[in-house]
This record gives sequence, C-alpha cells and structure tokens, in this order.
Amino acid sequence: MTALDCNRPREAAAKARLATRSGEHGLAWLAVSPALLLLVGLLFGPVAAVVLFSLTDWQLGSFTFHFIGIANFRALFADPTFWKALTNTLVYVAIVVPGTVLLGLVVALLIETSPGLRGFYRAAHFLPVMSTMSAMAIVWGTMLHPTIGLVNRALGVMGISGVNWLRDERTALLALALIGIWQGFGFAMVLFVSGLKAVPQQLYDAAAVDGADGVLDRLRFVTLPMLGPVTMFVVILTAKRSFEVFDSVRVLTQGGPNYASEVLLHRLYTESFDFLHMGYGAALTVVYLAVIVLLTLTQARLLERRVHYS
Amino acid sequence: MAEIELRDIEKSYGETAIVKGVSLSIRDGEFLTLVGPSGCGKSTLLRIIAGLEAQNSGEVLVAGRCVDDKRPKERDVAMVFQSYALYPHLSVFDNLALPLRTRRLSFAQRLPLVGRALPGRGDVEKAIRAEIEQAASMLDIAHLLRRKPGQLSGGQRQRVALGRAMVRHPAVFLMDEPLSNLDAKLRVQMRAEIIALHRRLGVTFVYVTHDQAEAMTMSDRVAVMMDGELLQVDRPERLYRDPEDLRVAEMIGSPKINVVSRAHWVSLGASLPAGIHRNTAHLAFRPEAVGIVASGDGRLNGVVASVENLGSDIFLNVTLADGQGTVVVRTHPDASRSEAGRSVGLQIDPACLLQFDGAGMRQREVERVEAAA
Ligand SMILES: Nc1ncnc2c1ncn2[C@@H]1O[C@H](COP(=O)(O)OP(=O)(O)OP(=O)(O)O)[C@@H](O)[C@H]1O
Ligand SMILES: [Mg+2]
Repeated sequence: MTALDCNRPREAAAKARLATRSGEHGLAWLAVSPALLLLVGLLFGPVAAVVLFSLTDWQLGSFTFHFIGIANFRALFADPTFWKALTNTLVYVAIVVPGTVLLGLVVALLIETSPGLRGFYRAAHFLPVMSTMSAMAIVWGTMLHPTIGLVNRALGVMGISGVNWLRDERTALLALALIGIWQGFGFAMVLFVSGLKAVPQQLYDAAAVDGADGVLDRLRFVTLPMLGPVTMFVVILTAKRSFEVFDSVRVLTQGGPNYASEVLLHRLYTESFDFLHMGYGAALTVVYLAVIVLLTLTQARLLERRVHYS
Repeated sequence: MAEIELRDIEKSYGETAIVKGVSLSIRDGEFLTLVGPSGCGKSTLLRIIAGLEAQNSGEVLVAGRCVDDKRPKERDVAMVFQSYALYPHLSVFDNLALPLRTRRLSFAQRLPLVGRALPGRGDVEKAIRAEIEQAASMLDIAHLLRRKPGQLSGGQRQRVALGRAMVRHPAVFLMDEPLSNLDAKLRVQMRAEIIALHRRLGVTFVYVTHDQAEAMTMSDRVAVMMDGELLQVDRPERLYRDPEDLRVAEMIGSPKINVVSRAHWVSLGASLPAGIHRNTAHLAFRPEAVGIVASGDGRLNGVVASVENLGSDIFLNVTLADGQGTVVVRTHPDASRSEAGRSVGLQIDPACLLQFDGAGMRQREVERVEAAA
C-alpha cells in the first residue's frame, strides 16, 4: 500500500519527462535561435554571398551578371599586383606583430617595476589605441612630411638627412608598419600589465631561493612563462589587426609609390569600389579570408602547445 | 649543518608592527615549529630568515655568521611554499634541476640552445641527473620526472616541492604551511613523511603552521607566536602541560582547555581549591583533569549539555550550574554512560589546575600559608 504510493509519483514524473522531451527540444532550438540567426545572417550568409560573387563577372551598379567559373581567381593569381599586395601584407604583419608584442611587453615591465605615475603612464600609452586611425594617420602624414615634418627636422638636428618616408619605395611600407606598432602596442601593454599582476609572488620567491634572482633569470623562469597565455592572445589579436591594415594606407599612400605599400585590404577596396570589379574583389576577399583562417589556426595550434600548463 | 639565531627581529609594514622583537635560537638539526593564529607574522618571520624580506632591525645568524646582507640563494636555506610554487612550464625534472643549474652552470651555459654547445655543460648535467634521480627515488616521484606540475596530484606536487628543496642539500629547510592545501588523510601521511625526511637528512627544519596538532606531533620544539611576539618556545609536551601564558594554554590542545575565572568560580558558590595564589584571576584545567561525580559532590556542578563520542574517548559538554559557560570533560567509553540532561558534579585534579593572573601570565608556586588563610 505504502510502496504503491511511493512509486506513483515517480511513474508520473517519468511520463511527464517523456512528454516534455520533444517540447524541450523545441525550447532548446528556440533558445539558440537568436544566436543562430545572427551567426547565419552576419557571418555565414555574407561569406556564402562573397563566394558566390567571386564566381561571377558582376560589376557594381549593373543589373546583370554571369557565372564565369574560376576565371576571377585565374586572373587574380596571374596579377602581379595581387602578389605584391600579399607579400607586402605579410611583411607588414611580420614587422608589426613582433614589434607590438615586444614594445608592449617592455613598456608593461617598465611600468610595473617603477613606482609612482603608473596610472599616468598606462593611460598615456593606451591613448593611441583609443584614437581613430584615419585621423591619426593625417597627423603622421604631417610628421613624416619630407621638409616640414617633425621626424626629418629632428633627424636634421642630429645631422642625418631624412628621406621622403611615404613617397619612397624603400621606406613607405616600413613607415606604415611603425605607425601600426605605435597604434597597437598600448593594447598589448594593457594586457601584459594585467598578466603581470596575476603572476604569483611565491614563484618569484621560489626563484630567489633557487638562485634565479637576476633580472634575466626572473624573466626567463617566471615572468615570461607565466605570461605565455596572455602573449598568445596578444599575438593572435595583433596579427589579426595588422592583417586588416587599411586606414593608414588609404589616407597616407594609397598603396604607392609603385605598389610599394599596397596591401590586401586596400587592393580589395580599390578593385571593388574604385574600379567596381565586384566579382574580382570578391575573389580577393575569398583568398584573404582563407589566409586569415589558415594563419589563425596554425598560430593557435603552435602557441597552444607551448603555453597551456594545467 | 647550521643553527639559527634570531636577535630582536623587528618588522613593520608602514605604521603596523608585524614582528615585535623576536629572539630565538634554533639548534642544529632541530625540528622547530612556529605556530600561531592567522596573521600573527609567522610567514613574515620565516621570510626574514630566508632573506626574502628584510627586517627593520635585529640580526639573523645562520651557523654563527650574520646573513643579513646575504641574498636568499647565498644563505644555504631552502624553502617549501604553501602553494608549492613549482614552475608550471617546466617538467618535474627541470623543476628539480633548476636550483642545481643556477648554481653550477654559468648564465651562458644555461641558455636553451647555445648552452648545450658550451664546454663543461655535459659533465655537470650528468651529475645533476644522477642527484635528481636519487632524490626522486627517495621521495617516490621517480616515475613522474617527465610530467608537468599541472599533471600531478596535490600530494605529488608537495613531494616535488620537497625534492626541489632537498636536491642541493641545504643546511636549513624552511617550510611555510606545506600541508595546508592537502586533504586531511594525505596531510597525516605527509606529516609522517616529513618527519622521516628530517630524521634522514638531519638538518635544521623550521616549519610554519597554524595547526596545533601538526606542531605537536612533528616538532622537537614549538614556538608559539601571537601578534608578532613569541609567547613560549618549548617541547610539545611542556607546552601542553606547563604553559606559561593563558593564550598558549588555549591554543595548544584539542578540545580547548577549560578556563573559569576566579570571580565566576566564587559566584558559583564553590570553594576554591587549596593553594590558589592571591593574584590568580583564571583557573584552567584540561578536559582529562576532570572527573565526573554525583551531582553536588564535586567542586563545580552542572548539567550535561551534549555528548560527543569519538570512539576512543567521550567528551561531555557540561553547562555550569548558573547556566554561564561550559566545561569539557573527557571520559572513557567504558565509564558509566552519561546522557545529555543529567546533573553531574565535577571533580578537578588539583595537581592539574593551572593558574593565570589577570594579564594571562602563569602563577606558579603557591604558599600554603596563604592558601590556608
Ligand atoms: N607586504 C605586506 N604589506 C603589508 N602588510 C603585510 C605584508 N605582508 C604581510 N602583511 C601583514 O603582516 C601580517 C602578518 O602576515 P603573515 O603572512 O606573516 O601572517 P601569518 O602568520 O603567516 O598568517 P597565515 O597563517 O594566515 O599565513 C598580516 O596582518 C598581513 O596583513
Ligand atoms: Mg603565512
């Protein structure tokens, strides 16, 4: 009698569970649907559209287009300016990423080891990150002006004759890269500062007792390894940001002189919106996306192997 | 081999004095435990001995020589930290090797790639490997040498930390609550291992804990610290039976010692035992010094409030007759059973009665004359 009473609620619960299972599924889909819609609408949809366009000869403004297969890609890979833009972008990234990470790290270490004015230094170095690149690019344009620019004036005082930074094939890309570092290192610094705060004091103590108490030993055995995860994050983020370099190129050099500072995103913009070759531009976008995805994946895989401890 | 001497060590952070004039001699090969409540300055004192913190005044001597101007690595001390402080990116082997490498290899020789090519490194590395393997087998971690600390259990990490302290044969081991991150069972096991390690190495151990049971079971001598001062430094059994200070009496022993103030005692209508000093303000007695007698027969009377049966012992919490304050009594399991709610009398062994004055200082020799008065 009592046993029966005990069992009844359990059976009822089981039945109710069966009944609600399908309902729960529906609810689950309902719950993820906003995220799913956004993902499809903002990410997968546009990517699919771009891939589709890259197979057409559509020109911006025209109402008709034809599928032309992989002709756009053929043209693209046969185009020396594309290769120039690709190598320039890679060179730019290869300068900006290590530059940003190193400068950010060094400044963070200096700020954290020097007492007083910490807040001020942190804010001052973070300012470039907050500013608008296209506006700052104009400031840099005047600074790098061959005759009245601050940079060449300063060099002149030291007896060095400067060059026309942005109009010289040898220096245009380098100048842009330096501007890129200037703009990005504050962000890296802030991340490193917070990473430094999380390094346990006991590790420094252990290192001191173990005899690793020089500046370099402390860096090597405690600080840098403990900053590993932060560094990975900074590298990936900086790499992504520098692949996207566009504003400074558009404002300062338009890819010139003689394509010396042409980069992928600027090439893409020029083809699509200056020359209105949407199909060709879309093909370029597809290549750009592929490169980004590939790089992110290898980067994450390589770095992750070395920085995850627990 | 080294004895440690602390002379009038003072340390303050800003305005707050943390260590207030501590003097202490630790004998060569001794296992000394610093015990005290949280925040009393134990870690600070240990860090001063290690050289990780500079004292404001006073001297630290190791093996008779003043080490105040020596860096931690030059003091011949090793330290084991509460949260192990292993290098998470290095394998267990490299963790153990680090203190040896920093001492025996030059900076250039220690560089990752270049160092390997430099002359002299190979032989040193071979010697290091042999020593580490020996230490590892002693601590039963030889099979873990290739792992990273993140892949070890808490007890294994603690053994690695011990190993890292051990490999370079320091004269002094400093340990700051090394067992507090372990679960109760493992803690008891590691306790025994550390005692065995001390016996085998025969060097000086300074061990910090806030667990009085750890202090009592492991040490040759215990230094009880409170608010930056040493209250008493003595062998564990003397601290328990012969405390100099009421705070020591209250800290050592579980369950806590019973304390009844003189005024309370008198207000209960109980006669004071013979031989009470005129300055005595507190009467203290351990749970095992109390016998249960029929209600009304003892000096103090009360009602059993609760019974805690631990198997080997039974502890009775007895509420005193006026309802103010309880006394803990230890009885044997085979003694006649007491249930909660029963009225009992308490018979206190006068030989085990400890007297303290108003400031908590122990009152010893008692004049019979005065007691009779
Ligand atoms: N760097 C510091 N700056 C200011 N105050 C400190 C500093 N380090 C420790 N203190 C203070 O000194 C006091 C003693 O600290 P200490 O770490 O020695 O305590 P402890 O006895 O080891 O305690 P626990 O058992 O909790 O580890 C504490 O009140 C702490 O707040
Ligand atoms: Mg402590």
